[in-house]
Amino acid sequence: MSDIEIDKIGLKVGLEIHQQLATNKKLFCSCSPMESEDYPVKFFRRLRLAKSELGKYDPAAVFESSKSKLISYSANPQSSCLVEYDDEPPHSLDNDAKATSLIIASALHSDIFSEIHVMRKIVIDGSNTSGFQRTMLVANGGYIEVEQKKIGVQSICLEEDAAKLLKDTENVREYSLDRLGTPLVEIALDPVEGTPSDVKKIALTLGRLLRVTRRVTRGIGSIRQDVNVSVSGGGIVEVKGVQQLDQLEGVIMYEARRQHGLQLIAEKLKKIQFDDLTKENTLDVTSFFGNSKSKVIQKSLKDGATIKALKIKNFDGMFGYEPYQGIRLGKELGQQVRFFGIGGIFHSDELPNYGIEKEEVEQLRKMLKTEEIDGFLIIAGSKDKIEFAIDAVINRIKDAKNGVPAETRAATPAGETVFLRPRPGASRMYPETDIPPITISNSELEFAKNNIPKPWDSAISEIQTKYNLNKQLSEQLFDSDYLDLFESICTNKANNPNFVASILCSTITNLERRGLDATLLKPEHIARSFELLSEGKITKESLEMIYESIMSVKIKSVEEFIEKHSSSMSEDELGQFLDDLIKSNLSIIKKQGNHSSSVLMGMAMKSLRGKVSGEKINKLLEMKISKILEE
Amino acid sequence: MSDYRGYEGKSLEFLKHNKIKVGDTVKITTNSDNVATIMPRYEHGDDQHIVVKFKSGYNVGLEINNIKKIEYISSIDTNQTKEPSTAKPKPQLPKILLLSTGGTIASKIDYRTGSVTPALSAHDLYAIVPELDEIANVDAEVLFSEYSENLTPEHWKKTAEKLDSYSDSDYRGVIVAHGTDTMQYTAAFLSFALAGFPIPIVLVGSQRSSDRPSSDAASNLIAAAKFIVKSNTGGVFISMHNSESDDGIACHFGTRVRKNHTSKRNAFETIGAVPAFIVKQDEIIQNSKSRYFKQKQYTPKINVDTRAALVKYYPGYDPKLVRDLISHGYKAIIFEGTGLGHIGKNMYDVIKEAKESQIFLGMTSQCHDGRVNMAIYESGRDLLHLGITPLSDMISETALVKAMWALGNTKDGKIDRLMTENIASEYTE
Ligand SMILES: [Zn+2]
Repeated sequence: MSDIEIDKIGLKVGLEIHQQLATNKKLFCSCSPMESEDYPVKFFRRLRLAKSELGKYDPAAVFESSKSKLISYSANPQSSCLVEYDDEPPHSLDNDAKATSLIIASALHSDIFSEIHVMRKIVIDGSNTSGFQRTMLVANGGYIEVEQKKIGVQSICLEEDAAKLLKDTENVREYSLDRLGTPLVEIALDPVEGTPSDVKKIALTLGRLLRVTRRVTRGIGSIRQDVNVSVSGGGIVEVKGVQQLDQLEGVIMYEARRQHGLQLIAEKLKKIQFDDLTKENTLDVTSFFGNSKSKVIQKSLKDGATIKALKIKNFDGMFGYEPYQGIRLGKELGQQVRFFGIGGIFHSDELPNYGIEKEEVEQLRKMLKTEEIDGFLIIAGSKDKIEFAIDAVINRIKDAKNGVPAETRAATPAGETVFLRPRPGASRMYPETDIPPITISNSELEFAKNNIPKPWDSAISEIQTKYNLNKQLSEQLFDSDYLDLFESICTNKANNPNFVASILCSTITNLERRGLDATLLKPEHIARSFELLSEGKITKESLEMIYESIMSVKIKSVEEFIEKHSSSMSEDELGQFLDDLIKSNLSIIKKQGNHSSSVLMGMAMKSLRGKVSGEKINKLLEMKISKILEE
Repeated sequence: MSDYRGYEGKSLEFLKHNKIKVGDTVKITTNSDNVATIMPRYEHGDDQHIVVKFKSGYNVGLEINNIKKIEYISSIDTNQTKEPSTAKPKPQLPKILLLSTGGTIASKIDYRTGSVTPALSAHDLYAIVPELDEIANVDAEVLFSEYSENLTPEHWKKTAEKLDSYSDSDYRGVIVAHGTDTMQYTAAFLSFALAGFPIPIVLVGSQRSSDRPSSDAASNLIAAAKFIVKSNTGGVFISMHNSESDDGIACHFGTRVRKNHTSKRNAFETIGAVPAFIVKQDEIIQNSKSRYFKQKQYTPKINVDTRAALVKYYPGYDPKLVRDLISHGYKAIIFEGTGLGHIGKNMYDVIKEAKESQIFLGMTSQCHDGRVNMAIYESGRDLLHLGITPLSDMISETALVKAMWALGNTKDGKIDRLMTENIASEYTE
């Protein structure tokens, strides 16, 4: 197995960037997006298919509806209202978001439409309460310059962000509405030929262009890259949800291997006969597996599953054929059925295995009347789902002859991609009749042109000069999530910009590389820690400890850290401090006896608050006082 | 004119000049070349733009002044082949009639022309709400196609007459699809006009239109069908969501219900009580044990006289307005008084005049909930003395409809007895 020659497969990659706008207000109501953990409002919905404007059903929507689940929504009234509940029509389009999208379009030399129509893009996986995402095409064409090369812009859209998935079980899917309706700008670039690292450079440049407007949100999840990847002769595969730039190259490489691999598999399949594959080739083998020792099978049976076997002629070796490492048809099929809530499949190339024994395989082959050269699959699932799954598998096997099917896939944290749904067509869009078309006036266009930000490289040099940082640190800071935070921390002259920048750019990144969760560390935490540092209440060294504790869920606030680690005062120092206090207040102790401890406690806390926990001081103080009284 | 739907003035001229119609796919050159389909123009749009749909599915308005060239490519095949009906009657299932008066419970949009037509053939219905197929054999009939704000008492009458013609049929019940805005008025009229009707009549609407995947239309419709099939209850009901969730649909008594929210799914509320029935996924919860119609015998009285008015009294109300009603020949005035049922002293003279003209005067309250009681305060006792009839806890809109019905079915205009009699649960006992 040799690895892929990336420059010989006709790899094309189109970037699609989704960037949240920092309007602090949702696109069609006045709620502000806000993450919460407390959801006093809960309700349940079911979505059904709607036909598009052209009277057609969208393939992606049909696919989603075949999985139909009950959808549970959790909401906090501070970040959502009846508009998010789909219990009130949308209010008018937020002007700030519109202005920002026009500025971005102008910065990308794009042609802005003078009349914008809000569309409904059908999405019935539940991530939008209405069953569609509101989106509008703002501009077409234009370009972005990356290392003296012009990369074409296809389109710029303004749209609503989706609800956040909390949990997905077999029958119920749970979302929170905090994020639903947050304005996003979607920028689609022309597909380019080139290496994955070229694509990464383009993404980085586009990200910088957006950030220099200072009108976009920073932080994890605020920018999302989708990539459309194809190899010559194959369908276009849309990979969704690449959260971080570092993931981008890996995902493109994986797709290149997978797609070219599927083409190599197709070459082989073209040489064999299996065209007559239909549902009639299935056999119910539920009772056959009644006594199977396989734990997977036993568990399915316990859940009341039906087990079916599907015979495919001349298919021996085809499921397991691996042109590149980890690229197999068997794996593709497994992903396909998983979306019907079915755990996966077993195929003849991997059996006996998973507790299914050799005799069982032989008997099964007899029942299916398979020859040596034939292959088979085993699928287990509930009655209502297994038929959908078998249809999907049969279609996918037939389609495998054509190489790469056009589909939508999701990026995994490991840098691979998994099947998500068929690729949607134009029939997924129809007009949002609740909002009249929006006219863009000349003065709005004028305003956008006059507010095109300065080029990002001069923005970086400005930071460099203003804070006296080196170039690399300025760039890191600019690309990080923390530029605004940095500037606000540095308004306090007690904080040294170089030190602040290195904490923000390297200390936190290092902790993240160690696998800690940076999303737990909020800007408020960082701001508070520098405040305490400037007041001399904590040491420089403790910053990293604080962040580490927060990112590893040991503590929830900076104060909590101070309580726990009174690092500014040792046991001895504390003892000494209390002894001194007692000495200078002996008269009170003599007069009031044990009661005096509360008076002294008050005095002690005045100087020790935040350094030592009150409980600890109290204990020690009482002990010392009763010792004195015994004397 | 559907070839140019919505286009006027310059943009219409532009299309005609270029021999391009709505639905045509064209190559349009502005700053760039694009292939797009011409879409209908929305009402009240200007005449400077044409609406096109790009291949991506997005619509935009292109300013005709910026269009350098437009070339015809092809047209959409408008002869959409009708799929053959797949629904076959299942003899073991009961029959339900679905009468449509309009609203968005089930509609088909022809996006080429932009026209909305009710999707009410049995085939369409099963296609949109396949679950119905398991509950009943549904026959569908279109009575009108009106937004409910355009429905008049004449429409109520026609609906009642239509229903009356099915009073002796093999239908287990009738579903009336209706716009939500004035649903409670129609429900009240049917309750009085068809008192004692042998099978349940259930009005159904939707707060979120059926062109969206999240519409409440299907679940309300399914619940109405389940309710008819499973409960053996006569009466007129409104079947709408009981909460924001799709998991419980309320069946409200048709005379005790009001639309209390402009947009929420659970906009309809039974006043002063919980809804009579709640239809859940697998069961029907019965909250009210009382019979809807107070008489067992079916005695249709399907006439209506619109010379009844609803007057909401407020501080500063000008008595002259009531004098106008008298001079226009009105026969009944239902007051929405303040609190327990009061109107100001400045109204006393005109009340006397109305009484002298033999006009029925009824008192309800503008409070959301509760009974009127005119014996408590002096002003209430004054009004009683002047001959105003207290209407207890009858909802003011129901009282208005009842007055129109009573006037239509009484020869001498003496409707006091009918107005105070409990006919269709309009009074809580
Ligand atoms: Zn809101």
